[in-house]
Amino acid sequence: MTDNILEVDGLVKHFPVRVGVLFKRTVGHVRAVDGVSFDLRRGETLGVVGESGCGKSTLAQVLMRLEPPTGGTIRFEGEDITKIQGGALRRLRRDIQIVLQDPYTSLNPRMTVGDIVGEPFEIHPEVAPKGSRAKKVRDLLDVVGLNPEHINRYPHQFSGGQRQRIGIARALALRPKVIVCDEPVSALDVSIQAQVMNLLGDLQTEFGLSYLFIAHDLSVVRHLSDRVAVMYLGKIVEIGTEKEIYEHPTHPYTQALLSAVPVPDPELRGQRQIIRLEGDVPSPVDPPSGCRFRTRCWKAQDICASEEPVLTTRVAAHPSACHFAEEKSVVP
Amino acid sequence: MSANTVKSSVDARRTGPVPGAPLLEVDDLYVEFRTRDGVARVLNGVSYKVEAGETLAVLGESGSGKSVTAQTVMGILDMPPGFITGGEVRFHGENLLKASQRRRREVRGSGIAMIFQDALSALNPVFTVGFQIEEQLRVRRGMSRRDARKRAIELLDLVKIPNPKGRVRQYPHEFSGGMRQRAMIAMSLALDPEMLIADEPTTALDVTVQAQIMDLLKEIQVERNMGLILITHDLGVVAEVADRIAVMYAGRIVEQSDARSLYRKPGHPYTLALLDSLPRLDLKGTELNTIKGLPPSLLNIPSGCPFHPRCPRVQEICKTEVPAQHRPLPGRLSACHFAEEMIAGD
Repeated sequence: MTDNILEVDGLVKHFPVRVGVLFKRTVGHVRAVDGVSFDLRRGETLGVVGESGCGKSTLAQVLMRLEPPTGGTIRFEGEDITKIQGGALRRLRRDIQIVLQDPYTSLNPRMTVGDIVGEPFEIHPEVAPKGSRAKKVRDLLDVVGLNPEHINRYPHQFSGGQRQRIGIARALALRPKVIVCDEPVSALDVSIQAQVMNLLGDLQTEFGLSYLFIAHDLSVVRHLSDRVAVMYLGKIVEIGTEKEIYEHPTHPYTQALLSAVPVPDPELRGQRQIIRLEGDVPSPVDPPSGCRFRTRCWKAQDICASEEPVLTTRVAAHPSACHFAEEKSVVP
Repeated sequence: MSANTVKSSVDARRTGPVPGAPLLEVDDLYVEFRTRDGVARVLNGVSYKVEAGETLAVLGESGSGKSVTAQTVMGILDMPPGFITGGEVRFHGENLLKASQRRRREVRGSGIAMIFQDALSALNPVFTVGFQIEEQLRVRRGMSRRDARKRAIELLDLVKIPNPKGRVRQYPHEFSGGMRQRAMIAMSLALDPEMLIADEPTTALDVTVQAQIMDLLKEIQVERNMGLILITHDLGVVAEVADRIAVMYAGRIVEQSDARSLYRKPGHPYTLALLDSLPRLDLKGTELNTIKGLPPSLLNIPSGCPFHPRCPRVQEICKTEVPAQHRPLPGRLSACHFAEEMIAGD
């Protein structure tokens, strides 16, 4: 038996770009996710990093089946869930849950905390018989470090960090096996960020959860992840264990990304070698030919424009999608 | 104890620029917001000083008062609900809080300029980027349309926007996030300010773009010998660019120091806790150190030291007495009763 809880193969999500008012014509596609393959193992945390617009959040939504994929397959515990609908999809939701980024907009302001955390039980009554729900909700609040007495309060009575805990409690309600965390700490202050990260770590140990942890903050991802995938313009450019990615990156984009992270130590000022990238990320409507990173890459050659580099093992033990992959340590 | 506490040197009757005075001095500033729920004491005696060519980083979490201080300095605080209840803001020795509206307008833009976190909402979507830069040149400098356009193109070129001649005619939505922030920097430089306040200038940007923008700001600052106040919550960015750091908590500056010493040896338990809560390589897989509890509500700031309910070193005195600014070492200030022990201890 395989130990992969989630297997994603060649996942594609294109959003059509339409013009016109009455007779809409499709003039192109936003290639938000464009052929992404990875496995999520049982009990592990796979971090996904990348800049805004690289498709990380779309990936989360497609995995949750909130958006139908354009192509590719998603398997959950060996079963193809790419096209399931109705009751089967509803049952799947018991196993895969999501924690959203913004704790201010992802909680309904007119529902009490008890209603928010207990709502999954309304949809899946088999999990908790009616009489036991209030107790279950109290237990969940306790698990995420909130006062169970606050069950009748409204979201606005809580701080950002506490709201994120409510979102986590809601995701935990159905005892899922996989939780997709879409930027769960990026809206929080530093001192609160650490509390929520610790909570996520504790819950993983307690409930044997697998996380797909999406974030743009590289140090947060490093702290929590066993393996890391780096995304750029809808594609994974490099994937490997946390150590491989952070200490032995081979893709120029990974190297640039890592080197650009400010280090909280003034002693290292001016000593670090920072790879400066030119310009911004190109539009995903019309991505560059060949390697998508070539327009900002200092290593780009003719082959990069004509031939797309595949994600495969090259110089190091982990896969990298660069024709000129080369190990280079950039983090002090 | 009183020997090494610091007294502020307020001279309230000064008007007009004073030769030899620091570029910008914020002195014992008090601001409160009168809301329906009560009075929120947003600033409680904030003092700092910035010289030409110097970068002061104001570090703090949301609600600590770092942006309100900047807004008061710029004279763009919403009043009401905001009320300035004490203190001075001196620019070249001149108290701006006592100056006429006309004088304040003169200083705003050409004396002190500001850039904001969210460039998309700070720019006007219905005017071209060029128009928004030219507007101040035409109103304030009386330039002709043609001269102003020429200057706008120069400014866009200065902030390294490719093809400035074409870009000057475009609208903010046609710019990417990094480009918009560059355009805003260009706009702030239009009247050649001596002092720039950057309020979270890179928070909304990706790391690779953040690095570009910080480089640009640093370069412009050095070239023009500008004073720079960098407001941020990012301990990494601060470590890269700041000369001095002021750490804010609940409307007070709890620590002020040069950058290196602060990271090497924090003089306030809050600073120490902030630095400790960062994910670190050598501590991967372990629990992160956290600061227990939540930042206080400004409607109801704890008695004594505002940090005492969350402080691991709390003593009885902390609950009753507001700590004065101690000077444990030359050039360092810490509002902690045990500042000397913090610095001396390991």
